[in-house]
Amino acid sequence: MSVVTNTTTIGAIDAPSRRNTELALVVFAVAISVFAYANVGLALNGELPSGMLGYGAGLALLGGVAHLAVRRFAPYADPLLLPLATLLNGLGLALIWRLDQSERFQALDTFAPAASKQLLFSAIGVGMLVAVLAILKDHRILQRYTYISMVVALFLLILPMFFPAVNGAKIWIKIPGVGTLQPGEFAKIIITVFFAGYLMVKRDALALASRRFMGLYLPRGRDLGPILMVWAFSILILVFETDLGSSLLFFGMFVVMLYVATERTSWIVFGLLMSAAGAVGVASFEPHVQQRVTAWLDPFAGWGKEAASEQMAKSLMAFGSGGTLGTGLGQGNSDLIGFAANSDFILATVGEELGLAGMMAVLLVYGLIVERGVRTALAARDPFGKLLAIGLSGSFAIQVFVVAGGVMGLIPLTGMTMPFLAAGGSSVLANWALIAILIRISDTARRPAPAPSPSTDAEMTQVVRP
Amino acid sequence: MSELTLTVMRLGFLAVLWLFVIVAVQVIRSDLFGTRVTQRGSRRTAADPRPQQGRQQQQAAPPQQRQTSGRQRRGAPTKLVVSEGTLTGTTVALQGQTITLGRAHDSTIVLDDDYASSRHARIYPDRDGQWIVEDLGSTNGTYLERTRLTTPTPVPLGAPIRIGKTVIELRK
Repeated sequence: MSVVTNTTTIGAIDAPSRRNTELALVVFAVAISVFAYANVGLALNGELPSGMLGYGAGLALLGGVAHLAVRRFAPYADPLLLPLATLLNGLGLALIWRLDQSERFQALDTFAPAASKQLLFSAIGVGMLVAVLAILKDHRILQRYTYISMVVALFLLILPMFFPAVNGAKIWIKIPGVGTLQPGEFAKIIITVFFAGYLMVKRDALALASRRFMGLYLPRGRDLGPILMVWAFSILILVFETDLGSSLLFFGMFVVMLYVATERTSWIVFGLLMSAAGAVGVASFEPHVQQRVTAWLDPFAGWGKEAASEQMAKSLMAFGSGGTLGTGLGQGNSDLIGFAANSDFILATVGEELGLAGMMAVLLVYGLIVERGVRTALAARDPFGKLLAIGLSGSFAIQVFVVAGGVMGLIPLTGMTMPFLAAGGSSVLANWALIAILIRISDTARRPAPAPSPSTDAEMTQVVRP
Repeated sequence: MSELTLTVMRLGFLAVLWLFVIVAVQVIRSDLFGTRVTQRGSRRTAADPRPQQGRQQQQAAPPQQRQTSGRQRRGAPTKLVVSEGTLTGTTVALQGQTITLGRAHDSTIVLDDDYASSRHARIYPDRDGQWIVEDLGSTNGTYLERTRLTTPTPVPLGAPIRIGKTVIELRK
């Protein structure tokens, strides 16, 4: 660019790229995570943990590489998405390591040290971020793959049905020699691409052709087709994979995107009615779902009898014993939850050891990620980007709600992972990819418009003097 | 490890966690509000990766470009300060460029003021480096001290120029 001297610009709309703010926040996030790690070591063994240097260096490297990739490939991206994700990932690593150290947890026959694995998956996840940023130069390219992505997403969702159920839910596929994979996490992103591409084309038909009845716009019968399709599909997931979480996630995401695309409140009313009807209907005959509902309604009734309700009750006790300020990192007893304490129930550890204050901060960090996603959607200039950003942040928000609500006893518990915080390779990978796409859209949205080219007329006009 | 240390660490960690959230919210806040003046001298330009977005001052602005170096007189104003109105506290360095004021988006100072016209006034240096304020045919007028401007008038140091509810002055 040309070096222009002596200019002064007032920038109200003129937001700077803010890469340095991002760097500072990434450093801050890494520092907080290292602090958490040191705190756990001091509380458990009275000395700084030996792996602290490696852990800190590893996390700093991940944050640094991700930051440089953003600087290189998406210089105008939102400055907050990366640091917030880094903080959650680092905090999750510290908490998983803390549970790895627990003797009660080690005594379980399902125990395997998860922290180093999680660090490895975080590294692959950041690699995924870099790859998405490097390959996906413009998110509008995804629009071309609208229907292909539908096929891929359906394939990924149907695949786990052919594998044996793990802990009652068929959401895993087992690849011999590699390990298990949760394809639903990736399907979440891919199906958002389909919904965004589809709704962008069809939204006028869905929004305009409607009758008004009691303050609601009622869509025509045939326009109900798509929502019925998605509803039926999510019911199928619920029945055949017995996974309430994924089913709620896909249907909720579709309703959110439908609402944003058409601006019709009636879709939300329909969506809520249909999901309630579906959940109640399936819960009446599916034993796995029934068990979860019983555990939710009265967790303490099944104490000593049923593992699911006992786990739920222990999670509530962990939250209770945390109080306002928590017991301190490494000093809680959330490891009593046992199985899945470091994945689905990791929020119970946050709630016990950091208390209400820490829990609120962590939920706010999730909220900020969603907020930045919605802000990106508002700022995006193309309708596809808007819908994609709202769909991704909506699915992120629904996932956080479903997991946090489940662990706290607000809704029946479902087997889903807390994004970034929980141990789980697929989840970490998929969520880094999700953040990468949001960063890409926000880069396009915040990129300054190119200077208007000088009008050709102006050059040709000349003052003619007599 | 003593109980006290652990308590301090526990509360310290919560404080740091919240500090992060607050800093993040501050970053969002600056995204929402505020007019910020950025000076883009030659020194800053290399560090600033952002293109100038076509909002920079027109260098060839009328009537005459003053050389910044060498002709800086003693007692000449170096900055323009908004002292009243919604933009209070905004400063613009005077480096020989013409400063336009008004509600139009391409003005140097974009006034958010019901009483201002879209191209309200401009302030520019004349041949001798004396700063001149000129009303650009605004509806409600530009006032220097108490008098409404009719012709381009030299601006003394510290004299208030009033446009609607906004008051600006030149300072050293």
